[in-house]
Amino acid sequence: MYKVGIDVGSTTIKCVVLDETHNIVYKSYRRHRAMIKEKVTELVQMIQNDILQGETASLALTGSASLGLAEYFKIPFVQEVVATQIAVEQYPETVDVVIELGGEDAKILFLTNGVEVRMNGTCAGGTGAFIDQMAVLLDVSVEEMDKLALRAERIYPIASRCGVFAKTDVQPLLNQGASKEDVAASIFHAVVNQTIGGLAQGRELKGKMMFLGGPLTFLKGLQKSFVEVLQLDQNTGIFPENAQYYVAYGAALYAANEQPSDFAALTQQMQIAGELKQYDSELPALFSTQEEYEQFRQRHERAVIPEGKLEGYTGKVTIGIDAGSTTVKLVVVGEQDEILFRKYMLSNGKPVELVRETLQEIYQTNPQLHIIGSAATGYGEELVKNAFSLDDGLVETVAHLTAAQKMMPEVDFIIDIGGQDMKCFKIRNHVIDTIFLNEACSSGCGSFISTFATALGYSVKDFAALGLFAKHPVDLGSRCTVFMNSSVKQAQKEGAEIEDISAGLSISVVKNALYKVIRATTAESLGKHIIVQGGTFLNDAILRAFEQEVGVEVIRPNLAGLMGAYGAALYARALDLEQSQILDAAGLEHFYHETTERVCQLCGNHCKLTVNQFNNNRELIAGNRCERPIKSQDKNFVNITYNAYRYKREQILKRKSEKGKRGRIGLPMGLNLYENYHFWHPILTKLGYEVVRAPFGSRELFLEGQATIPSDTVCYPAKMMHGSVMHLIQKQGINKIFYPCMPYNFDEKISGNHYNCPVVAYYPEVLSANMTALQEVRFMKNYLGPHNEKHFVAKLAEAFQQDHVTRKEAKEAAALGYQQQEAYLKDLKRYGKEAIQYARQHHLPIIVLAGRPYHVDPEINHGIDQLITSYGAVVISEDCLPLASSRFYTKVLNQWTYHARLYNAAHYISQQEDMYLVQMVSFGCGLDAITTDEVRDILEENGKLYTQIKIDEINNLGAVKIRLRSLFAAINQKKRAKG
Amino acid sequence: MAKLEYDKNGRLMFTKEMKEEYTILVPMMLPIHFSMLRAIFQYEGYHMEVLETQNSNIIQMGLKYCHNDICYPAQLTIGQLMDALQSGKYDKHKVAVMLSQTGGGCRASNYVSLLRKALQKAGLEYVPVVSINFSGLEDNPGFVITKNMIYKMANAVIYGDLLMCLHNQTMPYEKEPGASQYLVDHFTKMLNQDFSKGESMGPRAIRKKMDEIVSAFAKVPVHKKDKVRVGIVGEIYVKFAPLGNNNLEAFLLKENAEPVVPGLLDFLLYTIDTGIEDYIRYGGKLIKPVITGYLLKLFGGIQKDMIKAIEKAGCFHAPSSFSRTKELAKGVIDYGVKMGEGWLLTAEMMALIDEGVNNIVCTQPFGCLPNHVCGRGMMRRIKTMHPDANIVAIDYDASATRVNQENRLKLMLATARRQHQTV
Repeated sequence: MYKVGIDVGSTTIKCVVLDETHNIVYKSYRRHRAMIKEKVTELVQMIQNDILQGETASLALTGSASLGLAEYFKIPFVQEVVATQIAVEQYPETVDVVIELGGEDAKILFLTNGVEVRMNGTCAGGTGAFIDQMAVLLDVSVEEMDKLALRAERIYPIASRCGVFAKTDVQPLLNQGASKEDVAASIFHAVVNQTIGGLAQGRELKGKMMFLGGPLTFLKGLQKSFVEVLQLDQNTGIFPENAQYYVAYGAALYAANEQPSDFAALTQQMQIAGELKQYDSELPALFSTQEEYEQFRQRHERAVIPEGKLEGYTGKVTIGIDAGSTTVKLVVVGEQDEILFRKYMLSNGKPVELVRETLQEIYQTNPQLHIIGSAATGYGEELVKNAFSLDDGLVETVAHLTAAQKMMPEVDFIIDIGGQDMKCFKIRNHVIDTIFLNEACSSGCGSFISTFATALGYSVKDFAALGLFAKHPVDLGSRCTVFMNSSVKQAQKEGAEIEDISAGLSISVVKNALYKVIRATTAESLGKHIIVQGGTFLNDAILRAFEQEVGVEVIRPNLAGLMGAYGAALYARALDLEQSQILDAAGLEHFYHETTERVCQLCGNHCKLTVNQFNNNRELIAGNRCERPIKSQDKNFVNITYNAYRYKREQILKRKSEKGKRGRIGLPMGLNLYENYHFWHPILTKLGYEVVRAPFGSRELFLEGQATIPSDTVCYPAKMMHGSVMHLIQKQGINKIFYPCMPYNFDEKISGNHYNCPVVAYYPEVLSANMTALQEVRFMKNYLGPHNEKHFVAKLAEAFQQDHVTRKEAKEAAALGYQQQEAYLKDLKRYGKEAIQYARQHHLPIIVLAGRPYHVDPEINHGIDQLITSYGAVVISEDCLPLASSRFYTKVLNQWTYHARLYNAAHYISQQEDMYLVQMVSFGCGLDAITTDEVRDILEENGKLYTQIKIDEINNLGAVKIRLRSLFAAINQKKRAKG
Repeated sequence: MAKLEYDKNGRLMFTKEMKEEYTILVPMMLPIHFSMLRAIFQYEGYHMEVLETQNSNIIQMGLKYCHNDICYPAQLTIGQLMDALQSGKYDKHKVAVMLSQTGGGCRASNYVSLLRKALQKAGLEYVPVVSINFSGLEDNPGFVITKNMIYKMANAVIYGDLLMCLHNQTMPYEKEPGASQYLVDHFTKMLNQDFSKGESMGPRAIRKKMDEIVSAFAKVPVHKKDKVRVGIVGEIYVKFAPLGNNNLEAFLLKENAEPVVPGLLDFLLYTIDTGIEDYIRYGGKLIKPVITGYLLKLFGGIQKDMIKAIEKAGCFHAPSSFSRTKELAKGVIDYGVKMGEGWLLTAEMMALIDEGVNNIVCTQPFGCLPNHVCGRGMMRRIKTMHPDANIVAIDYDASATRVNQENRLKLMLATARRQHQTV
């Protein structure tokens, strides 16, 4: 009897056939392009005809994508991890750990010392599919990407948490001219980090490790990354032959215990079964008839930007370039604001070359062209502007507004969905009022559809068109694209057709924009005059889905994808120059572009800079978090002296500790300790300890503790604590660590209760349960409540009983602690007063960068405070404001101290002409889902702008810069509007 | 018609007239328990309806009216209420909505405020929101919970736990399909009638009733009880509500497993217990731990009666008592962890293992903060103490797909079966 195992993953089908004596007589590996039933039917039929030839065989399916088939046709099914386990047990040597990466799942099996199995959570996203997406982004095949990676020289930090994050890191690297070799290797490193951080979850990876699954079989670069990071050698790292077939092999072994299947009957059943239509969708079709579609198309064909001819044009023209994350758009605009030339290109990671070629094309078409202005916008604005000596650059929101107002002067809402980002803004009194940008987690809007299409073997256009007449669009939810991937898998399992999936994806993109980014509830709340633009809206299915969802007929300019570039060109005309300084034909002829790397020494962040060199000694620095390395060369740069975040860091650095009679004690740095340091440091010092503080956060510090993090969706500040504690033990030689649990904060009399959030309150518990290193040291995670001083003293004495601290000592130490904590908070208010005075004297905007005490950490805030000062504003924080200790009525339950400060600050700022609130929100902070809405409400009820910045591991400040520059543009516009 | 009256902060109150005229809508969590709670309120003169809707519009409403990053239970409960309000089934001017509020440090304390924001967004700000809480967060002249009601409610919860426990142990093995569900329905009806009568039962009467229930279940003809037993713990809503956990119990039954679900009373006792633990850690007025101790003893006593009743039958596994459960968490997690499900979640995992149930599904809403600590955060320690523990953490969310959840559950079940065979 033969045994057949078929493994259906998210992208591929693997099949193994074993004979009587368990020899492999057949194996195959192929992509299924979402046509699972057809491909499995083909396979079963082929086995029946060519291999079995009358003999009997038993069959087992495995892999998440085959669940539906197995249930429907009653075929034996084995969970894929179990199949892997069965297969590995056949391996001649004892294997301790198996790491298996599949299309979308990642798994670790610990086989010795307590069998344990881990699969990636719903958030960590795919790996194989992720690598595919990245290859598309690099414009190479996966094989080429692998070869590139082997030649890499340096590794860039790329967020390893989920695919979408990584993508947001990769795109700018490419745009900044980092080499594909390095980016490719960095992507593989990110995959490794994801596996360690997301999967191992506190359990150490050691012993003999076997690597399985498609990507780990085919990709030598990925193998190399694993070997390097896990420090494996030939003995400990096992990359078996046929690694991609292991799961199918395990399924075949599993089948050995099953009854023989009737392959002939099964083939027949599968062929006549037709489609497995089981899923229920309540989403309406995009178009039910061809006529409906025609009407829709005709209506939209009316929104036209005038066009003219470039050849022989003698008037004065301007050039606008929109270098987006995945596309480059370039227009030439004539005196009547008509477009004389336009081009829309996929950037494929080389925007500069594309712009150069296009400019050459323009100069050839019209050698006499009189260019009076040129401007760039978009992610690659700086690069393009510097490369070609453009006259100016502008933030993309302003570019889009300029173009939209040309089309429809009364426009009050613009939504732009590009390849990588989504921008929406409301316009009030012709000024940008509220900006919505997609957070790092839900980006990938347009480019998601394109990579998805490519993965399924379609062009974007064909794929989107498929959905137009789909009868039952699949409901894919409205969260991040990684979720969409598994939603698609679910739909496939339930027999959804490719048409329904395509339509469903379009609807998802729209829902994502409306409910996740804009958070709209009704169509009226968006506006009456809506313009949609950006390349993604060129897709009729998405446009239709949008209109259906908001219930308003919107305007899509015929050149919706070019609005940014058009706006830039219009802006360039408004510069009112005689002659543009853009490179001429001769300049383009001798154009060269070279990139080198160096490390910035201007502050402790030590950014890795990419320096782009162009001819005429022009250069552009990229990779910087703040503008200092650029502006330090600029004479007009004013160095703003007031930055409360820097001041707070300095206050921490100032505290010194002498050798004490009770020895050394370690304090981790992070979460509430950023503020309470001024409480604990004096207390511990007074008690006679030498306080050893862990360093501020950094990428390296995070990596030190990464392997001990049990929950991959907890916030980055909490994750950093693992590194902080590890560093104290391993690098600073500490054997006594103090990190108390604090469900209650100080009672500042500004809220109903004075809680800390659950993570801040109890994180010491998590560390204690997950870091084996803590078993070697004394870890003091005592429960201490500072809100009740008398009781606190008793508990403090109890906590240090072991070191013979007396009640009297505790009392004195506590008194000092309370006094110093209060003095610190008072000093912040003094600093705030000074900063505000300074700003008002110099007419500078005041940005209240609000968040939590731990957002002071330079790694957690990624240098946003410095970025803001470099734009010429004074930065203070919510606790610097001159607020009396009082409590405002809030619509939400106000019982967390840090939140109450935010609400109070928002109330105060809403009465101040020159103050703007920018709120930093850590990804995964559940409580901020509540505070952000409330803070926004408070500000907007008073006609103030609200800006929110979501931060995580992500190292890229692109989206942050757009937000901040848009904010400053809006501030200036408002100023001007007032006269 | 009842006038709309507001408190000094502008909060719309539930007035005495409203009590007469309005229907209070409540989102469903536990069908058996909630039907009895409704009967208690009915007796007190409230018109109350527990929503049994399950349609997909619920989550759509939740996503539309709540912040998309807020926890899944908020989206579902608020979604269920909004769906009902807009269904056309109710006179919007004669209906109120109710949610519970613990006042703890978990963001769930804010559901009531979020519901109010949702109503405002939908133009339904005239619908009063009733917060059911025992910490004096919000009060309403037309909604007063008396001591007698609290006592009866605790009894209802105990009966609910008992019926759920017996049903879970009988239903997978019954020879005649539907036999145990019939008993559940029968007793729920009977108890509802008791609760509609007003006077609360004394301990002796309760013990008698529990014996009656247990022996009725013991008489149901069953096959040999040899299925894999799987415990369910987690965030309170997704742990219990089928709407929240994609019908987890039904799935486990279909996969030939026996679900073991620690009861609701433990959660209530845990909430009460906080009074003592807080006093120990942070001081305060002595009266708090005194009252707390009294309540714990009172309700803990009824729970112990229930356990005795189950043990007496000799054919059922009795759940661990609250005090035993608490004892088991010692040295694993501190009793100071009191936000969300806090130490209780960890303790329930320990108790399940202690009862011989090594297979555990830890359900949690995606991104649930307390769960980072007491769920996922403690698994490593539990696994170290009990290497055989087979725990799977499942995230629930509007966009988390069933196929991914079921695939992980199947893995847990496969591991469970392997262990089951070797035993």
